[in-house]
Amino acid sequence: MERLDPRARSDIYGLRINRAPDPWRVRGVPYASIILGSLLPVLLIADLMPLVPSLGFLMLLGWRMVRPGLLPLWAGAPLGAVDDLVSGQPFGSAILLWSLAMIAIEVIETRFPWSGFWQDWFTAGTMAIIYWLGTLVFSGASITPELIAVAAPQALLSVLLYPITARMVAGLDRFRLARARKID
Amino acid sequence: MAPPSSRRSGFSKKAQYSLFTGYLLAGAGAVVGLALLALSLWQPAAFAPLRGVASDVMAPAGASSAVARAETQGLFHGIAGYFNAGYQNAQLRREMEVVRIRLAEAEAVKAENQRLKGLLALRDNETKPVAMARLVGSTATSGRRHAYINAGSNNGVQPGMPVLSERGVIGRVLETGRGSARVLLLTDSESVLPVRRATDNVIAFAEGRGDGLLRIRLVNLGVNPLKVGDMMVTSGAGGYYRAGVAVAVIAKITPDGGIARLVAEPAATGFVAIEPVAQPAAVAELAEPESTGPDAPAAASASASASPSPAPSSADE
Repeated sequence: MERLDPRARSDIYGLRINRAPDPWRVRGVPYASIILGSLLPVLLIADLMPLVPSLGFLMLLGWRMVRPGLLPLWAGAPLGAVDDLVSGQPFGSAILLWSLAMIAIEVIETRFPWSGFWQDWFTAGTMAIIYWLGTLVFSGASITPELIAVAAPQALLSVLLYPITARMVAGLDRFRLARARKID
Repeated sequence: MAPPSSRRSGFSKKAQYSLFTGYLLAGAGAVVGLALLALSLWQPAAFAPLRGVASDVMAPAGASSAVARAETQGLFHGIAGYFNAGYQNAQLRREMEVVRIRLAEAEAVKAENQRLKGLLALRDNETKPVAMARLVGSTATSGRRHAYINAGSNNGVQPGMPVLSERGVIGRVLETGRGSARVLLLTDSESVLPVRRATDNVIAFAEGRGDGLLRIRLVNLGVNPLKVGDMMVTSGAGGYYRAGVAVAVIAKITPDGGIARLVAEPAATGFVAIEPVAQPAAVAELAEPESTGPDAPAAASASASASPSPAPSSADE
């Protein structure tokens, strides 16, 4: 069988016989990727203006939209705490906003259980813009017209990045569920 | 896609309770977040140790990414250089002429300065930096402008110390971890720095606008003496910075001062020097009436940055 078609006994997650997904990967990948998203903008550039959207929040939205029910409802609080430690926002702002976002998405999903890509994008985009406004208000910086003008590309980017994040999350999800463990 | 059916509770009491607990925990998370947010807006230094640990963890990774960042920036500048080489050449030649004249003037001033100092029997003591560090990264997502450096309290860095690059002022240390520290950049909208014009004694405050530029507000209002291209340097008032370090160049004139461009852009800076507080006695004196807590410099910087109008005027007298 293998000689005819090397992928005969496998699916997108790998070989099916005597293989199982790695339990660490199954549980850890969503959290690790969101935390990495929080850290990445801090490490990449040292610039004068807020430029990069909060990649951690975008990853959270991505996981929540692509894989509903995978992250528990309360996951926003601990992940937000990690984001707060590095993002420069006052401690607590992401804990509050990420928790509220998780609850809001849950409520929206209960109200409109069937959703497609475009509706997901709409929800995620709305969330991202509200989050962007929330971070500006809670940042402790005085809100000047210049600050809003400079931060506006951030809002636009965070809306436009959702399809890419969703694809990335889907790829990570395949990696997460790949049958990496051999059962002897 | 519809949500998985396992998340619909139906008539199962157990499922209903677990769903309810989820909402309860998430709501509790939001409430705790709100409380922490209120606490950290009220007392900005409250979570400094926690953040110090986080930045310590991050600093090594940031140091290596900073190397890559500096190199890619060099590459982009190199490519851009080819496109406007001719124009730049002519401009540089013109600037060179002007700078030669300025240099000659500076020599004269230096000589006179030395003579006068000799008269006063003053010795200009060179300030030695406490530590040299790499600018590891900055808060690129937030509206606040903070940067991280990979030197901390183990290297003798304390909150309040000025951070300078080879070109000019970068900012001031806000919080320290063991091997890393958080720097308040000049462009943060809470940052206020007393400055003066390099050529004379027109004094002003340089306030961050949050968009990469500084607003220069003159102390003595009247006829605005500033001109586009004027260099602003630290005046030394307030005691944190030593006098005469380049800060910004005026780019636009406004009725009460000007809008200035930074001399030392953090994005183009690799290494920074952390210098000791120039006049620790003066800083302690100024901090005394406002706070009597153990973290006087942090509280002083917080109060000085939180209320731009009253604190700097007291610092200026």
